[in-house]
Amino acid sequence: MTGGRTMVAVTMSEAGPATARVGDLTQLLIDTDVWSEQLLFDAGIPILDVPLVSVGGGLGSFALLDHLRICGVRCESLRVLTPLTTPWESFAYLTRVSQVRPGDRLRSDSSACPDNLWGFPSYALREAFEADTVRGFLTPLWQVLTEPLFGEHYTPQLDQVLHALTREHRRIRYPEMVSAGQVRMVRRRQEGGYFTILTTPEATSATKRIAFRSAYVHLAVGYAGLKFLPDLHAFRESNRSSSRVVNAYEPHEHVYDQLRRRPGTVMVRGSGIMASRVLQRLIDERNTHGLQTRIVHIFGNYVSGPDGPRFMRRPGGDGFAYQAFDDPKAVWGGQLRDRVRRTEGAARVQFYDSLGSTSTPYRKRWHSQLADARSEGWYSSVVGEVDALDAGTDDLISARVQTGDSVLMAEASFVVDCTGLQSDIGEQRILADLLEHTGAARNPLGRLDVEPSFEVRGTRSGKGRLYASGAATHGGYLPGVDTFVGLQISAQEIADDLAAEGFGRRLGPVHSARQWLRWANNTVI
Amino acid sequence: MTYSLAGRMQTRILLFAGVGGIWAALITPILPTRLPLGRSYAMAFTVLALIIAVGVLWELLYHVLQQFRWDKDWPTVFSLAAGVPEGLLLWALLGTDTWFWDVPVTARAFWLLFVSTWLVIWAVLAGPIRVLVVRRRWRGGRLFG
Repeated sequence: MTGGRTMVAVTMSEAGPATARVGDLTQLLIDTDVWSEQLLFDAGIPILDVPLVSVGGGLGSFALLDHLRICGVRCESLRVLTPLTTPWESFAYLTRVSQVRPGDRLRSDSSACPDNLWGFPSYALREAFEADTVRGFLTPLWQVLTEPLFGEHYTPQLDQVLHALTREHRRIRYPEMVSAGQVRMVRRRQEGGYFTILTTPEATSATKRIAFRSAYVHLAVGYAGLKFLPDLHAFRESNRSSSRVVNAYEPHEHVYDQLRRRPGTVMVRGSGIMASRVLQRLIDERNTHGLQTRIVHIFGNYVSGPDGPRFMRRPGGDGFAYQAFDDPKAVWGGQLRDRVRRTEGAARVQFYDSLGSTSTPYRKRWHSQLADARSEGWYSSVVGEVDALDAGTDDLISARVQTGDSVLMAEASFVVDCTGLQSDIGEQRILADLLEHTGAARNPLGRLDVEPSFEVRGTRSGKGRLYASGAATHGGYLPGVDTFVGLQISAQEIADDLAAEGFGRRLGPVHSARQWLRWANNTVI
Repeated sequence: MTYSLAGRMQTRILLFAGVGGIWAALITPILPTRLPLGRSYAMAFTVLALIIAVGVLWELLYHVLQQFRWDKDWPTVFSLAAGVPEGLLLWALLGTDTWFWDVPVTARAFWLLFVSTWLVIWAVLAGPIRVLVVRRRWRGGRLFG
């Protein structure tokens, strides 16, 4: 490990001596695309060497490190730079605010196991063998055997996935590879490889920044942030009562609390799984507490039945497009993946369009809840686009909805936006810096352009490689990148590419079987 | 499983030849064939060869049917249930006098061999194969290419 100079300045304050942290970015560093060690020495930023750093520290980093550890890469060769305390912290947060309770089932396949790259034993099999009763043993097995013909797809429970992740996290000694902090940027190094600048938490380092010098960098920084629709954004900017207009992915328990105290109308926007979960919560609350909540559901795109050409026809009805998972299953490993692999430019956009718009899984419970609500007259759907939201009287929000040729006015106590998490990658600081200084470009859908190996195009630096996976790479050769299996497939492609470079070994049958036995025995590696 | 056509063909040929071959070698001595062991093996491997050869044609049909599915997948119960028509067709072929090879096969021996081989292959495909060939499930079932 090579260290740089570390400078500590001591100043006096009224409270006594205080240590001002030095070793910060200079304007010269910020303006220079390709860095040398001398630039960092001059800025007083120490340099640490590690062959591969993964930036983000969420499930994307976890998937890659799990794969590399299983491929025989030592802990000392890997470092995760992250502000998160566990790799599932963001995932757990997002599931919690989006109304998934620990015992609830996710929208995820039985063999999509982020804790097990082989997908075997699947979650259904594990649930069966952990059951205490014969019924508990048979139910998941029967469901996974007959899915989706005689019932809904088997999907794992949130807490089952979190427990499995905890076990694997310990087994691969993940905590030993973590450096806490916030990554500010990644820049190419003159002699090849990269420098990754970590802003360290106070009291953990004498300098404000540390530079990690590595041959390989992996970016898995997750969602850039919440996407607010323009009218919602405008309303929140101009009104103090913005807590009445919420994005479903931000904490919004107050909506349900207030509805318990005072009856109201909730306007739900969107038709994906987030909308389904919010509707379920509203209806559960109504039924459990005997509330008088009314729901106005705004559909931008109303799906009245099965939709699409003969060979790409997706089930649908009551406004929703039905699909078991985020995308048709074959995008992760079948003929649809083969097809998208051959597309570039406009053909890629066309392919993604053919996958259809937002969808939700068909679940009997949701269907019957909405059918009851419709027949009792407290759930209504409106097809149209909201032009503007205004603060009305008595804490109500007034919405102007463009429905075809006419305009409809609707009033609600709350507006819950369920239209998604996506936002522009340019809003993510590290990615924005990458686009500006490191040669990265956007793919046909506007996200980060990556090779089939998930190397970020245009960022190669000597023998160094810079990879990205997860939501930032949506629109590439693999759809469904921000899912459990999407992250695992990306990890596998990256690991194979690295193995070809001599970093780690390619997972062959014998090594894979030995490692699987270690996984099965919960042997720490 | 989300098969591509090449994945289907490779799976049919290599899995039945490999795993099916090992299984047939193990089970043949206890099959009620009423034949000497050598002839029993000839019968068993003829049946296996037929499962592969006729199966290649079945796979073409399955591939066409799969195109009608939005997910472009092939649910595991389809893979299991396909054994019924495939087994019946094979039994009909073997019982045809005009069939150019004369395989003296008893119903019990045939069904024991066919059903057990089918179940073993299905069980291997349902999970354990992923441990040995980690990339297969992301390659449309292909073992190569």
